[in-house]
Amino acid sequence: MGRTSFERELKRLQDEVVALGEMVERAIIESVEILKRRDQEAARHLIAADRSINEARFAIENDALVLIARQQPMAGDLRMITAVLEIATELERMGDYAKGIAKIVLKMGNRPHIKPLIDIPRMAEKARDMLHEALQAFIEHNAESARAIPAEDNEIDALYNQIYRELMTYVIADPSIIQQTSYLIWVAHNLERAADRVINICERVIFTVTGEMVELDGGEEEGGDVEETE
Amino acid sequence: MDNLDSMEKVSVEHLNFYYGDKVALADISIPIRERHITALIGPSGCGKSTFLRCLNRMNDTIRGTRVEGQVLLDGKNVYGRDTDVVEVRRRVGMVFQRPNPFPQSIFDNVAFGPRVLGLERGMNLASIVEESLRGAALWDEVKDKLKQDALSISLGQQQRLCIARTIAVKPEVILMDEPCSALDPIATLQVEELMRSLKQDYTIVIVTHNMQQAARVSDWTGFFWLGRLVEFNATETIFTRPGEKLTEDYITGRAG
Repeated sequence: MGRTSFERELKRLQDEVVALGEMVERAIIESVEILKRRDQEAARHLIAADRSINEARFAIENDALVLIARQQPMAGDLRMITAVLEIATELERMGDYAKGIAKIVLKMGNRPHIKPLIDIPRMAEKARDMLHEALQAFIEHNAESARAIPAEDNEIDALYNQIYRELMTYVIADPSIIQQTSYLIWVAHNLERAADRVINICERVIFTVTGEMVELDGGEEEGGDVEETE
Repeated sequence: MDNLDSMEKVSVEHLNFYYGDKVALADISIPIRERHITALIGPSGCGKSTFLRCLNRMNDTIRGTRVEGQVLLDGKNVYGRDTDVVEVRRRVGMVFQRPNPFPQSIFDNVAFGPRVLGLERGMNLASIVEESLRGAALWDEVKDKLKQDALSISLGQQQRLCIARTIAVKPEVILMDEPCSALDPIATLQVEELMRSLKQDYTIVIVTHNMQQAARVSDWTGFFWLGRLVEFNATETIFTRPGEKLTEDYITGRAG
């Protein structure tokens, strides 16, 4: 069969994307764990480890370019490889959000949290789950599932709005905690942005499978517009 | 993306072609647009060359063949009763797979058609030859050896000479049957570049086994399979988002 080695290379490229995705999933969960523990050492470690996420992304780009140059892929194969390039970029940016959270931990120092963190870890888990499902849809060529995932972003947006309102209530009660509060809002914002990038991944999955370029809506409202919702 | 709106130079309508009892082409309809390049792809034996040869009645020379349907050149059926076949073949020229210059000088090769058709009357034959060689992007390479044997130049140059010979009789459509399959990559790219410049003046239809070539040079692509036209669309659509699974399978190397 003329496609055997090409199929093997394509599969390898997809495996690389999944491996990068797993690194990012772990980084997101870990960044919030580190935040919970206010673990400065672990935060520095996670920031340094972001380099391996970037390296994995460059390796994927390189392998995709080699595959294009050597195989001159067409149609569905071509769409798959361009999707891989896009998805790798999205994943790398999601890794940057996790790194951003670790940097916030360093800024916050080891002062105790103003309240126990409940919704932020839930946001992180939800974002991780969405990413996992999106990559599953990518591997399975499942456009239907890719179309369904963005609806889950409503939950992320709801959590974000809830965190925002709750923290605002704390600040009104005690303006001296404004700095700590802003840091937590940044964290929530990073997680909200990460989930938005999962939606971009879903768009790429649909493009790979159907050739259709669609813009999927996340929640009913952009989480970033939280200020305007009141 | 190029503007794909253009007049239909050749309209093929419900064309059937038979070798004896065997159906070689079934119900083919393709609009061939003026001053565009239309590529025909498909596996060996799918009928794409047969189709190409229907456009200027080259298949007439094969015994036991039969045509149904219409091939309209500027709206007039080339298979009509009052059609002058020689005139059809002048208007619809052809370039073949292997360069086939006549065993004559470079000049005489290009001058052959104009002489036979009497085109040189009232026109300077040397200027027709020069214009044709320039049109085929060959003039600078051969202008100092026009009297030399055409078979002495490289294969790539011979193929461009054959293109010069074709355009010397002022055709409107040029059919190319795998014009680069005998050429090396450099000569191939030169012919492709030439095709892009020729489409300013001519309507080009090319049969090619090389899908990358179809993707590089053509505006429109038709995919043939077992004597049928499976899909016809803008080239960029065919190679990025084909509508038919069979097309997808063929161009990605799963079938054929």
